[in-house]
Amino acid sequence: MSFSVPPAPGAAPDAGLHAGATAAYAVPRGVRLWDIFVTFLYIGAISFGGGVVAYLRASLVLKKGWLDEEHFLSALEIAQALPGLNATNLSIIVGDRLRGVAGAIVAFAGMTLPGGSMVLALGVAYAANAHNPYVNAALVGVGAAAVGMLSAVTLQIGHKQLGQMLNVAIIAATVLMVSFLHISLVWVLLTVGPVAVFLFRPRRGGTGEGDADEGEGKAP
Amino acid sequence: MNENLSVLGVFSLLSILAVGGGAAVLPETKALVVETHHWLTDDQFRDIYGLGQVVPGPNMLMVIVIGYHVTGFLGALMAFVGFFLPAGAISWAASRVWDHFEGSPWRRSLQQGLAPLVVGLMASGTISIARTAIDGTLTIIIAFAVFAGVYCVKKVNPALLVLGGGLVGLALLSGTGAGMPPP
Repeated sequence: MSFSVPPAPGAAPDAGLHAGATAAYAVPRGVRLWDIFVTFLYIGAISFGGGVVAYLRASLVLKKGWLDEEHFLSALEIAQALPGLNATNLSIIVGDRLRGVAGAIVAFAGMTLPGGSMVLALGVAYAANAHNPYVNAALVGVGAAAVGMLSAVTLQIGHKQLGQMLNVAIIAATVLMVSFLHISLVWVLLTVGPVAVFLFRPRRGGTGEGDADEGEGKAP
Repeated sequence: MNENLSVLGVFSLLSILAVGGGAAVLPETKALVVETHHWLTDDQFRDIYGLGQVVPGPNMLMVIVIGYHVTGFLGALMAFVGFFLPAGAISWAASRVWDHFEGSPWRRSLQQGLAPLVVGLMASGTISIARTAIDGTLTIIIAFAVFAGVYCVKKVNPALLVLGGGLVGLALLSGTGAGMPPP
């Protein structure tokens, strides 16, 4: 598995990358909904600068002890494989494991409330100041900084894959289709997705792990 | 009213397409919002994406501002519900059945196959923002400085670097009319 969690400032470095859940650990029972809400609200309010997953891990695993490392990573694995943002998916999955549907709802609400209300307030102010040269100049700087941050995060997540030809081919094919041929994401997901999964298909006598670098597959 | 429904529809579609997270769906978001529906200009999209960077939580919460630009507060709600409800419901349901696939070797194939696809989509997201955000020496310098700060100095909070970029822009560009909408 090649995703990694970019470390949040002050958070402990990310331990292993994935885990199959083991049965040894049980999710605590009777965690109060209010506790779930406040915990996620706090994370939603302090997790500046992206990398929310690292904040979640620090709080849920290290501070609250609601999940052990393996359960957290297995929930993260699900959150990453499915559509939607990792942070909100993870909130929903963890909330659900703690207190069912109600837990999922309060965890999601807590995670999105602070940032959502702040960005809406900023958006209203932005709409009212569309012709203010100071606002526009500052936002040009913010936009440029966002490009730097996005490329750094992309490289952090992708650097492990760059050593493997097959991964590089899939990355290149995706970028080519999306950024240069402007093919709709629906078609990219429906073509590159199955081909990529097939190229990493389980092999007889192996786990499929790291053995897919023979370059026998052509990227679409 | 019609426009509210199309906000809901567009962001619901994006929600389902957001395999690999927010940055992965960024190019498609821009294509639909700017090119297909003309809800925003290129510059407004860059600005609103920037707003998402300076608030806590997932930066794709900026979809709320896009909805607000289309039809006001109801549009903001539509964008929020559209972008988060479908994917949230899928995650909720899937996490309940996921453990049944424990041990299936295809689960690993799925992860290994999707990982480079997601990295490719994130790279495309970066390119799509860069196409409007990078337009001169100063923006190149800011982008490289933040890149180096995030990638090499792990302890620094990226939000502070993004805010720093805003301050540099404010200090050096405010006399130049940079980022101003055409009259």
